[in-house]
Amino acid sequence: MWEFPVSAASFSGEVDYLFNLITSLVGFWFILAEIVLFYLVFRFRKKEGVKALYITGETKKQLAWIFVPLALVVMCDIWIDLATVKVWNNIKLNLPAEDEKVRAIGQQWSWIFIHEGPDGKLNTADDISTVNELHVNVNKVVHFELESKDVLHGFSVPVFRLKQDVIPGRIITGWFKPTLTGEFDIQCTKMCGIGHGLMGARIFIHTPADYDQWMAKASKNPGNEVATVAMNQTNSNIGEVKWVTP
Amino acid sequence: MGDTVTAHVDDHHGHHEQDFWSTYVFSTDHKMIGFQYLFTGLFMAAVGGFMAYVFRMQLAFPGESVPGFGLVTPGDYNALITNHGTIMIFWVAMPMLIAAFGNFLIPLMIGCDDMVFPRLNRLSYQIFLISTILLLAGFFVPGGAFGGAWTTYPPLAARGEYNLTPLGAPIWLLAVALEIVAFLLGGINFVTTVMNSRAPGMKMMDIPIVIWMIIIAVVLFMFSVGPLVAGAVMLLFDQVLGTSFFIPSGGGDPVLFQHLFWFFGHPEVYVILLPEMGIVAEIITVFSRKKLFGYKLIVYTTFMVGILSMIVWAHHQFIAGIDPRMASVFSFTTILISIPIAVTFFAYIATLYGGSIEFKLPMLWAIGMIAEFLVGGVTGIYLGASGLDIYFHENTFVVAHFHYTMFPIVILGGFAGMYYWYPKMFGRMMNETLGKIHFWGTIIPFNFIFMPLFSLGIGGQHRRIYNYLNFPDLASPEFQNLRVLATTATVIMLLFQIPFVINWFRSMKSGEEAGNNPWKANTLEWVAPSPPPHGNFPDGLPTVYRGPYEYSVPGRDEDYWPQNAPN
Repeated sequence: MWEFPVSAASFSGEVDYLFNLITSLVGFWFILAEIVLFYLVFRFRKKEGVKALYITGETKKQLAWIFVPLALVVMCDIWIDLATVKVWNNIKLNLPAEDEKVRAIGQQWSWIFIHEGPDGKLNTADDISTVNELHVNVNKVVHFELESKDVLHGFSVPVFRLKQDVIPGRIITGWFKPTLTGEFDIQCTKMCGIGHGLMGARIFIHTPADYDQWMAKASKNPGNEVATVAMNQTNSNIGEVKWVTP
Repeated sequence: MGDTVTAHVDDHHGHHEQDFWSTYVFSTDHKMIGFQYLFTGLFMAAVGGFMAYVFRMQLAFPGESVPGFGLVTPGDYNALITNHGTIMIFWVAMPMLIAAFGNFLIPLMIGCDDMVFPRLNRLSYQIFLISTILLLAGFFVPGGAFGGAWTTYPPLAARGEYNLTPLGAPIWLLAVALEIVAFLLGGINFVTTVMNSRAPGMKMMDIPIVIWMIIIAVVLFMFSVGPLVAGAVMLLFDQVLGTSFFIPSGGGDPVLFQHLFWFFGHPEVYVILLPEMGIVAEIITVFSRKKLFGYKLIVYTTFMVGILSMIVWAHHQFIAGIDPRMASVFSFTTILISIPIAVTFFAYIATLYGGSIEFKLPMLWAIGMIAEFLVGGVTGIYLGASGLDIYFHENTFVVAHFHYTMFPIVILGGFAGMYYWYPKMFGRMMNETLGKIHFWGTIIPFNFIFMPLFSLGIGGQHRRIYNYLNFPDLASPEFQNLRVLATTATVIMLLFQIPFVINWFRSMKSGEEAGNNPWKANTLEWVAPSPPPHGNFPDGLPTVYRGPYEYSVPGRDEDYWPQNAPN
């Protein structure tokens, strides 16, 4: 309870740091405000024969009671702003050189993932296409391209602290670098219709040896044809919408 | 102007004999229209509360039949969460906080006999009633009610083959559009009335803060709602005429709709917040016998809130595919808006200093509102910070955050207002004991509903999910226990609304007689008889000599000094 899931990407620690920073800054003000509120409420309860004070709150001296704490709040605000811009830019603006690339295609109500095949290139005949399973290497920078076939979807990997909406007609690029091996949830985080609550996938973060093993098995797997059909549909879909968005 | 007002009063007095229909149904009396809005709002709150009960039960006990509803399908679940949000914002918060209190209070508090446009006022409620019936009708059409979330993002909302509710979606949209028309008509009336019909002697800075807040809220609503109406009409065309304003394959852009929606959607939060802040200000001054701290400052910062609230909308869209550089700009404006809001809350807390505080029922709710709203306020900072919003967007942390703002605003603040003005509305006092049971039975379970949601959100739980057991990382028994806790608290809180209903109706008949001014308050509504007759002030319209918050003025025997008492 009150805990983040494990931190499994290079930038997830920064997001957690931001959370702790904001918690300590606003937590202080929150607790102070509640204490002052309850203190005043109990300290100034009605007593027989004691009349309330007459304070307009319009003289400079009285307004200082508002503006001094306010100035401190503004300083906290600026601190939070600067910290958040740094984290945001690293995750969303920065794009480190890629080690590998995947394409994630959202559709009602599943994810199709297209991995580079043994040739290390996307959009070639040996691409490996899977449904609701994403396989990546640990400690490699992965670029992802997000596409949607129908409505808005949201690509979210909580252990990475990563999320990006997926929009039909656009290709949205981003990156992550897994730092932990294991198997975790991928969520769809945009309401996408009746099956939205079922639209989950799993990400498998492998050591290089495991990854090669998976790839060898997946390239041989005849079941891959089904996925290839899906991929072809996707490609035609991309062809159809590419001219729409400059 | 004075002449026409007098003529109008005489006119009212000439029509004492009215039949049932013109008194209760087709009334042009601002108080009756206020009651119509209030009772419709309370009815819809019960409907929205029932929906919350059903989908919370589904989350706690997935796949089991919910008593009073039955099995919840994924389509039902989506329709319930969508309409719960829609109802609570557009059919509870708006009619209660703006329309009901605005209609009831504006003429009484500014000292006139009725609204400037009484028939427009009646039309406003009639359109609102039609929109209410239309919204509920959505549940009974083939395909069921719309389930694409209250934000109604296209392409999902735009095409029947995507949302599978080809009739429900346009009905939902039409209902919301009509509701907005109703509030535009009402809003024009509110602003005109306050600007033109104030009692003689009432200067701009003598207007009670709740009236200021309602007016600023209404103006904000009118400035921001245009783009939403345009967006809604385009979306309706996409749904029923097959146009492609928001469909990429036909050349449209789905993100454009999000801009139009949130350009209205964020100011809307303040449209609801402001009237309620006004209600709380009235109550804390009366029950601490104190002058409101920094009245003018509060008025000016409220204008600033209004202006700033119109340039923060894209914080709902940080990760929606907008240019990532925009996020920093909107993150900055969002955190900036905490400044005027902080000023107002500091002023409220400062008002308590040196007071003579009495915990009558309205005060209990008002202090409860301030204490709980602070949680909602500070958790907003987490979400306004773009870097952290990457994680928390579409997460139950967001759900907990906005319920910690909306619930104190609409429910705690709404009850504060109802308990405070009940004696004026019905001429009798409400029962203190039942009121206290209601208060503690509401506020304690409330925290047990939404604290677990913060915890689950931090743990990575996303929103609008029919059954979390489909997600291995979210299916742990520890998480499921938190969901059961939240559901249990929901049921308890809903049951504790029963004392309120009993108190509300029983006090109408058997409550203690209230008299004109039971709380010894300064504002003009307490000059009128309780309940005020048609025309409000039978002894002639009051004249105003001072501001509304002259409590405990040194050198006076009484600790209050009504606005209309001659020097």
